[in-house]
Amino acid sequence: MAEPASIVYERVSKKFFTLPGETRALHEVSLVVSPGEFLAVVGPSGCGKSTLLSITAGLIQPTSGRVLVGGTEVRGVSRRVGYMFQQDHLFEWRTCEQNVTIGLEVQGKHGEETHRFAVSLLEQYGLGAFRQHYPRQLSGGMRQRVALIRTLAVDPEIMLLDEPFSALDYQTRLSLQDDVHSILRQAGKTVVLVTHDISEAISFCDRVVVLSRPPGRVKVDLAIRLTCEKRTPFLARKAPEFNEYFDRIWGEIEITA
Amino acid sequence: MSAMAAVSPEHAEFIRRVRWRRRSILGVQVALLVLFFGAWEGAVFYRLVDPLIASSPSRILTTLAKLHRDGSLYQHTLATLLEALAGFGLGVLAGIGMAIVLWWSDYLSRVLDPYIVVLNAVPKIALGPLFIVWLGAGITAIIGMTLAISVIIMLMMVWTAFREVNPEKILLLRSFGATRLQVFTKVVFPASMPTIIAALKTAIGLSWVGVIVGEFLTSTQGLGYLIVYGGQVFNLHLVMMSILVLSAAAAVMYQALAYLERRYLAWKG
Ligand SMILES: Nc1ncnc2c1ncn2[C@@H]1O[C@H](COP(=O)(O)OP(=O)(O)OP(=O)(O)O)[C@@H](O)[C@H]1O
Ligand SMILES: [Mg+2]
Repeated sequence: MAEPASIVYERVSKKFFTLPGETRALHEVSLVVSPGEFLAVVGPSGCGKSTLLSITAGLIQPTSGRVLVGGTEVRGVSRRVGYMFQQDHLFEWRTCEQNVTIGLEVQGKHGEETHRFAVSLLEQYGLGAFRQHYPRQLSGGMRQRVALIRTLAVDPEIMLLDEPFSALDYQTRLSLQDDVHSILRQAGKTVVLVTHDISEAISFCDRVVVLSRPPGRVKVDLAIRLTCEKRTPFLARKAPEFNEYFDRIWGEIEITA
Repeated sequence: MSAMAAVSPEHAEFIRRVRWRRRSILGVQVALLVLFFGAWEGAVFYRLVDPLIASSPSRILTTLAKLHRDGSLYQHTLATLLEALAGFGLGVLAGIGMAIVLWWSDYLSRVLDPYIVVLNAVPKIALGPLFIVWLGAGITAIIGMTLAISVIIMLMMVWTAFREVNPEKILLLRSFGATRLQVFTKVVFPASMPTIIAALKTAIGLSWVGVIVGEFLTSTQGLGYLIVYGGQVFNLHLVMMSILVLSAAAAVMYQALAYLERRYLAWKG
């Protein structure tokens, strides 16, 4: 299994150009995410959270500044980075098993061993019985878990999660947060989680960054220290410090609506 | 479904009812067919209608048997089938090929967009005389016309399907480092499969139109030729027979596509 890597953002700015003008999405974002750290990014809509993840994954290039993953600059799509979206985007024409191996196929790594690894992940996370099922036969929570395993199967050092729970109903969301949290901790990944849900940010991550109104820049950078016996997202909500953090972050987010 | 075992008495009852319904539908379908031909035959037999104008099932069968004996039935059917398959097949390949090129190059697709729209709007049958002049009277002109009809519909439908593939699905694959070719083979094409099969069904129907009109215009063989010839010599038995054979051939072809659909779209359930 790959060792977690660090991420360094050095004065990352991004402008999008359209005929009427330009949109400034990010403004000089500088951050360091340590190996194995779980970082939450919150902020008002349109402040560039998704853009930041896309830049980290190498899907788009920053207008200025640079991103280093494990010490090397990101140029083009990086295989060290896994990306999980709000929608699961499972391929309806592929079975569960064929869905989780798609990344391996694309990267030319689909062999006996990697296939066994992907299937073992399915089994480990309670989807063993659904290997031959098609996505339409799965519940929303199961689908999102398959999507997570699809990304884990290529064993990236860094996981980017863009509002991965927001499309789910409340109960599924709570239980999946716990599952995904323990899966990612076990696998020892560095995580950047983008969310609109302040409780999720505090309970899921070691650190919360609040971005300002667009163009996003780092407004607050807050380490989360909770006293609870077991650090699962569910139990974290019961920690005495939880509400304090919540109020602090709530006060910092400039709602644009 | 037939291999399904009942899990409870109520379930058994449910299965029984579903099967009964299916059988009754098939039964009514067959009965309708028998009734139709029976009424036709009866109406002609009792001279309610003139057999010269309405023909009749028995006279059609006699004509069929005659053409079967002298072998011309197969010559004509084969000719039409060949033209239809060739025009359809080439049209499908060319249409999908062009759709791939247009998907690949956004610039080219924008350049060509208005021309394709115009080409789609032109009634292709109006081009018939041109094809005859350019490709020579006979089979090549007919195939050319069938191709012209099927290629445009395939291009339009498949190209639209390619463009409507969820861009986030493509982004997801790109996040794994997929090349453009991989994006096409692993997302764009399979995601478009339902539309491609729908397009095939539409194109095969239009191909028959192309072939028959082509044969009307220029040919010395084929079912379309028999229809025109039968009309000219006032042999409506021959006309009706050709139409029935044509319908049978079209139905078989459509079923082949339906099989393809069941096979490749099993995931839709
Ligand atoms: N490809 C693009 N072309 C042009 N503008 C873009 C593009 N992608 C994003 N933008 C713009 O950049 C800004 C930031 O977008 P981004 O999606 O990163 O915001 P976000 O913080 O993720 O918002 P949300 O919370 O609504 O998901 C927005 O104003 C958006 O309209
Ligand atoms: Mg976003």
